[in-house]
Amino acid sequence: MLEVDGRFFVLLMSNGILIGLMYSLIALGFVLVYKATDAINFAQGEFVMIAGFVVAVCLVAYGAPLWLAVSAGLLGMVGFGFGLERVMLRRLIGRPIIAVVMATIGLAAILRGVGPLTWGAETKPLALPISDEPFIVGPLFIPPIQLLGASVSLVFLGVFGWFFLKSRKGIAMRAVADSQQVAMAMGINVERYFALAWAMTGVVSALGGVIWGSMLGVDVHLSLVGFKVFPVVILGGLDSIPGAILGGLIVGVVENVAAGYVDPYVGGGTKDFAPYVLMILALMIRPYGIFGKKIIERV
Amino acid sequence: MSLKTLWIGALAAALIAGPMAAAVHAQPKEMFVPLLVYRTGPFAPSGIPIANGFVDYFTLVNERDGGVNGVKLTWEECETQYKTDLGVECYEKLKGKGPTGAALVNPYSTGITYQLIPKAAVDKVPVFSMGYGMTASADGRWFPWVFNFPTTYWSQASAVIRYMAQQEGGTEKLRGKKIVHIFHNSPYGKEANPTLEELSRRLGFELTLLAVDSPGQEQKATWLQVRRINPNWIFLSGWGVMNQVAVKEAAGIGFPMDHFIGNWWSASDADVIPAGEGAKGYKGATFHAPGTGFKVHADLFKFVYDKGKGAGKKEGVGEVLYNRGVVNAMLSVEAIRTAMTKHGNKPLTGAEVRWGFENLNLTEPRLEQLGMKGFTHPVKVTCEDHEGAGPVMFEQWDGKKWNIVSDWIPVMRDVVRPKLEAAAVEEGKKLSYTERDCAKEK
Repeated sequence: MLEVDGRFFVLLMSNGILIGLMYSLIALGFVLVYKATDAINFAQGEFVMIAGFVVAVCLVAYGAPLWLAVSAGLLGMVGFGFGLERVMLRRLIGRPIIAVVMATIGLAAILRGVGPLTWGAETKPLALPISDEPFIVGPLFIPPIQLLGASVSLVFLGVFGWFFLKSRKGIAMRAVADSQQVAMAMGINVERYFALAWAMTGVVSALGGVIWGSMLGVDVHLSLVGFKVFPVVILGGLDSIPGAILGGLIVGVVENVAAGYVDPYVGGGTKDFAPYVLMILALMIRPYGIFGKKIIERV
Repeated sequence: MSLKTLWIGALAAALIAGPMAAAVHAQPKEMFVPLLVYRTGPFAPSGIPIANGFVDYFTLVNERDGGVNGVKLTWEECETQYKTDLGVECYEKLKGKGPTGAALVNPYSTGITYQLIPKAAVDKVPVFSMGYGMTASADGRWFPWVFNFPTTYWSQASAVIRYMAQQEGGTEKLRGKKIVHIFHNSPYGKEANPTLEELSRRLGFELTLLAVDSPGQEQKATWLQVRRINPNWIFLSGWGVMNQVAVKEAAGIGFPMDHFIGNWWSASDADVIPAGEGAKGYKGATFHAPGTGFKVHADLFKFVYDKGKGAGKKEGVGEVLYNRGVVNAMLSVEAIRTAMTKHGNKPLTGAEVRWGFENLNLTEPRLEQLGMKGFTHPVKVTCEDHEGAGPVMFEQWDGKKWNIVSDWIPVMRDVVRPKLEAAAVEEGKKLSYTERDCAKEK
């Protein structure tokens, strides 16, 4: 029999929500690229890792102040996004979707090698000037880093949501994603918007790298957070920012409840596969996700 | 036969035998050791210092001593990324290399070890899984080709409980105490569980087992449970990112870090640095000292790094996992050296080196000669006992470096050995092995 302790349940739920929002931040990078370019980025976790490396190396090796290190991470990743689009992805415009998929899978492998090769494989600390002391409010137990991560996620999810819905550039990006040919015919510079989408992903990756890097330390492991993106975006919808939020929350809560109530009885293992069970169910029942467009093509 | 015929015959013989003798003479006096390493992949932060320590010690033996009794050591690294399939591929690729084939193999992964155990027995290559791998293989009667000294996971778990008891003021003080074992949800992570369960029954402490799935970068729910249980002690059997996250989480819930002990794969520099100040006080089990305060390190600097032959950065010398690589290489070299006492100072086959492993008697004076007095402990291996059941000591992170904070703590051999022997029968039969009569080999 599962033992249900109300206080413990609240703790698991609150933790699931906070972690889920942090997953949403990583998923946002994925959604931005898909929404604007129709491409699926399998290297999202590696983007986060590279951003983490840049910030941590600036802090540790060069003794840079945090604001400078984070700025370097942001600018570096924006530059990286632009450069990547220019050098690799632009050549794939108009090619079958599988070409971009394979290119990003290859890119992920390259980045996993290049990161440690360039900056060293040892784990680097990425300390933020916030306390480790948790906030204890009633039954809630909230680590400051998680609160920060969740807040940053919400802010950026809101900003990018507004951008796509209300700004001219955001609407143009959606038009590009709907049909590159029609967008071109309407005078939209498709290549510029592709580059902008990858640069925005760079920004999100840099933020993810700082938040997750400060929680885990920075090494090649950091790329593993990218795995969480898939159940999140499949559940929420590949092209939906609210979907990224909802998908993240579902994955975070399911993971925590499984770890708290099921794992102790079965010897572990359910926490990590439970989100993927949901993902498969979602693919069977609602393949375009909760908020996704029905025409989504999957690979 | 005329004198002329004799001269012609002698000349012909000389012409034929000369090149043959030269060929024999030209055979390199070298022994080959395959190195299964993981310098890439998610576990690279742990794999790199181990590989560097290993390679540097072999380089030291060649540079300082001219090899092992005049036989130079050669090696080739093969990248496994800590993956079992790649490890097996590396073994198959390298097992026949060198003039006498692979002298031994260090799998450096429990998964790879399990796969190599049946293969190595057929290929006659001793498997040296130092402090990891299949605990049951410590019974040499069933596993003649596998060695896992100086101690095993089961013995380590017993030493950890003994240390906790010491800290509490005696074994009887453990009764009623709460101990949580947080383990990597894999065969490796579960290794200590049977020993801990047995000790929980015997000593009366309350044991909770909490699994963390690999890779373990998100384990908040586990730590919320720890907070609910409010244990007196936590023992961690983690690996890779799981360790650094666990240390951060423990600090995050305000758990007293001096009551949090990692096993020897959960207490390296990479495991504590990301947690910053929060990791202060965290402890770890070990069978060798950290740091560079031993003569062997002075030699490594002098004969290896000062000559520009170091495998890694000079600053990495003395890290916990670097030192583990050094100890592993030293024990391998001493097994080869022991084998030479029987088979002569020449390149040896794996079968000959196996004898060296089984008759290794690394004494305190020998450790002193090697510049390792106090660095690790003496080891005696026998036909029956491939573990040596060596003691364990404890180190503590002070925020900048690891410091030894205990004496050598003996393992509970009376608890571990009977279970180990029973497991050896079970595991041996799975592989259709038969029990060896060690009395006949003495």
